[in-house]
Amino acid sequence: MTYCDRCGTPLSSETEHAACRATRELEPPRFCPVCRRRMKVQVLPTGWRAVCVEHGERTG
Amino acid sequence: MSSLSDPTLAAAAARVLETGAGLAEPDVLAVLRLPDEELPAVLEIAHQVRMRWCGPEVEVEGIVSVKTGGCPEDCHFCSQSGVFASPVRAVWLDIPALVESARQTAATGATEFCIVAAVRGPDERLMAQMRAGVAAIRETVDINIAASLGMLSQEQVDELVAMGIHRYNHNLETARSFFPQVVSTHTWDERFSTLRMVRDSGMEVCCGGILGLGESVGQRAEFAVQLAALAPDEVPLNFLNPRPGTPLGDAAVVDARDALRAIAAFRLALPRTILRYAGGREITLGDLGTRDGLLGGVNAVIVGNYLTTLGRSPDQDLALLDELKMPVKALSSAL
Repeated sequence: MTYCDRCGTPLSSETEHAACRATRELEPPRFCPVCRRRMKVQVLPTGWRAVCVEHGERTG
Repeated sequence: MSSLSDPTLAAAAARVLETGAGLAEPDVLAVLRLPDEELPAVLEIAHQVRMRWCGPEVEVEGIVSVKTGGCPEDCHFCSQSGVFASPVRAVWLDIPALVESARQTAATGATEFCIVAAVRGPDERLMAQMRAGVAAIRETVDINIAASLGMLSQEQVDELVAMGIHRYNHNLETARSFFPQVVSTHTWDERFSTLRMVRDSGMEVCCGGILGLGESVGQRAEFAVQLAALAPDEVPLNFLNPRPGTPLGDAAVVDARDALRAIAAFRLALPRTILRYAGGREITLGDLGTRDGLLGGVNAVIVGNYLTTLGRSPDQDLALLDELKMPVKALSSAL
């Protein structure tokens, strides 16, 4: 992973973005972790679907 | 009944239990100002009021956003406003995904499925999506369908009734006196006029708001009483979940004890209303607080995810209701 999928800033070590990781337990991703583009995200009752125009769909 | 140290407030709460008529604003404010040591007592009273006037059943609902983001309004708490630098992008849900969302919701035992759109009010494209979506859900899923599409015209109200929408959500969000601090693109009274049309149409009225927007405790009491005057069928109670990029992105989360005081106060102001846990409860109250609220006046929950954020697993909430011996309201009794 190159970018934080919550805030979109670069990840340079595994210890960074602990707050974002914790928050992500109750949030879907918003940024593509590969290219940091904002993704189109649909939250569904029991999951989510996020699409990056360049890197495709992620689900959770 | 557990006792409150203030005999006037204790008598007022006893009258709510006896008559089913809500507390007046000064008493609601007194509840909101109770010291921590009296919180268990007021939650117990609120629970008794709920059991007496609403019963033990809990109404379970799922929600989904049919049109996310890109909203022209500037509600300062909302990540879906196109006015702010929020990471939420505009996206529409297609009909198959809408039907699947309803199916997933019904599978939890929920009786309510609310279709929500981030708009000032619906345009023809959204109404067409609603017509197609509601019809498709009705073909395959046995569930009550509610809607939340912003401010409506009378024609749109009539059309939603014709579609079979049984309940319409339109939150007043906060006290009338505080609303201009939260939204500048429309007024509290504009929202109220939609609610009046919804009420007159025969649809059930769902109207609540968000606590923690910066309102004073007095304005929370004002809001509870203003909701009571509307006499909504349901009040969804949200707690601010500060969203990145919004004007309230750095606001503090409501203290859990204040949230529980508010639950008790709103129940005592609205003894016969469906009082629903909505967004923000996870970060405000956690697991223990969720339980306390269900034993303090709340009698409905949104299960699963919210519109742009995630919730607890439905199984967790349903297990908690089972543990508390609170039966989930069945569809037959909801109709």
